[in-house]
Amino acid sequence: MKQNETLPSGITIEHDPDDLWSDSRAYVNIGPTHPAMHGAFRMCARLNGETIEKSYCEFGYTHRAKEKLGENRTYHQFVVYTDRLNYCSAIQNNVTYAMAVERLMGIEVPERAIWIRMACAEIARVIDHLVCVGINAVDLGAFSFFLYGFHQREEGYMLIEKLCGARLTTSYTRIGGLMADAPEGWERDVKAWVKKTRATIDEMDTLLTNNKIWKQRTVGVAIFNKEQCMQYSFSGPSARAAGIDADLRRDQPCMFYKDVEFDVPVAQNGDVFDRYAVRMAEIRQSLNLLVQIADKMKKGPIWSEDKRTRIPDKEVVHNTMEGLIHHFKFFMTGFDVPEGEAYTQFEGSNGEAGFYIVSKGNPRAHRMRIRGPSFWHYQGLSPMCQGEKIGDMVAALGSINIIAGEIDR
Amino acid sequence: MDIRTQVSTNYGDMATKFADTWKSQVSRLQARFSTAIEEVRMPIEFPVDVPIVYVKKDSIIGVLSFLKTEQGFEYGFLADLTAIDESPAEPRFEIVYNLYSLTSKARIRVKVRLAEGEEISTAVPVWRGADWAEREIFDMFGVKFTGHPDLRRILMADRWEGHPLRKDYPLRGYQVFTDPDPINQSLLD
Repeated sequence: MKQNETLPSGITIEHDPDDLWSDSRAYVNIGPTHPAMHGAFRMCARLNGETIEKSYCEFGYTHRAKEKLGENRTYHQFVVYTDRLNYCSAIQNNVTYAMAVERLMGIEVPERAIWIRMACAEIARVIDHLVCVGINAVDLGAFSFFLYGFHQREEGYMLIEKLCGARLTTSYTRIGGLMADAPEGWERDVKAWVKKTRATIDEMDTLLTNNKIWKQRTVGVAIFNKEQCMQYSFSGPSARAAGIDADLRRDQPCMFYKDVEFDVPVAQNGDVFDRYAVRMAEIRQSLNLLVQIADKMKKGPIWSEDKRTRIPDKEVVHNTMEGLIHHFKFFMTGFDVPEGEAYTQFEGSNGEAGFYIVSKGNPRAHRMRIRGPSFWHYQGLSPMCQGEKIGDMVAALGSINIIAGEIDR
Repeated sequence: MDIRTQVSTNYGDMATKFADTWKSQVSRLQARFSTAIEEVRMPIEFPVDVPIVYVKKDSIIGVLSFLKTEQGFEYGFLADLTAIDESPAEPRFEIVYNLYSLTSKARIRVKVRLAEGEEISTAVPVWRGADWAEREIFDMFGVKFTGHPDLRRILMADRWEGHPLRKDYPLRGYQVFTDPDPINQSLLD
């Protein structure tokens, strides 16, 4: 017999006295250092048996005041801080940030630099998705799937290492160009990696996608429908899993996304499985894109000739007085960005990543706002998990791939 | 050279592509809300990327829901919600709503000017997801939102003093809390 019980706060809860577990209400604290929380997040939940009745989320444990730093560092100095936003696809943030500043300055970046940036963004997307589906699966017990993905992820980082010498904290872009050109034969390496990754993705697909246990744990779990996604500003794969056909690379193309062909995978149900399936399909699309990009890359300059942002060559710095002064001024005072404001967005791995920069004509931004998709996705976690089992919360959390660096900033 | 230089690989075509859409939208907005629209800054004319509509504080929810649902606008996606501290200028704060339309693929920006101590209505009834963004503005700037369901600090600790993104906030200093933060049961009842 089910009975209604009213709590002191006025909320009525259904309760069955014959069911041993029905009224075993407990307050549970998960995180911030729980291994399933993917970073320093905290969720406090009121459980009824295993079911989450109500929950709230907390974060901010890795807050580093990036927006404040953006107002107190020059535009050039801020590049390194962008690595540490979404650290699963660091190089993508570099690209977005560089575009945001270049847009305010009206700088045209040379073709080769744009192609390399696109390649970086797509490699980062594959890496990010491999991490997301891998960790999502390992949280639910599919360990070998995760290892397949992580091996290919390491290989992907080798490509990025060849570009800039770093794997995670890349700081590869400069305002107006890139830190260094891609080494000889990098395009060939990209294609070889794409070939291997395609095979790996097929293998991962056979290993998990139709697995009965995986399907039971993910199909119909933590559903977030189209309407909810719009209410909570979901973007990227999480929104596409719910049937929102939106991809900024197609809808508001920047760089050379107009000149390449790719499909936008969309699913319908918005559950954990669909988010996984969309990500797997997107990895394949990104790999196709990488082949096209590698084919279209031509030799050429990688840095705009604009004197405002170009760091003078060492040859000039060491041998001429003007060069030395230029170098000194560049690093000590920075360059002025003309007055104006812009919100520059890019379809990041997890969704719409954006930099909203307001400039008053100084070498430091007046306002440096960072829009991380994870901030909005994490907000959806509590409503997504309401009424779900506590174990499914882990699946939901993994599937929206929230990154602490991007939320806490 | 500034943002008005149209670089095609960096959203340079937006200003021309949506020029007519924006023009008609802005005139419709002005016809509908008349004096509630304080000022409009159009791209090319001003160094901005999308039109910026300055709205009076009291009409903001009306304008936002109009932009969200009205045929021909349909800015259904709240891309970003943030604030700017313009001090020492008066009024001090600007609340910034970055909107995106999934149907027309256009963007628009709505701003509200707020003086120190003034409150603004919450956008949570329009977009449920504005909740945390508004909490962040409260945390970082100290701007209060009337009718917000749960206006607490979000990035900083609940015991924190001061609002870090205000221009007069000191760049160095410590506030150390050693005792743990227990579960807030009142939020779970």
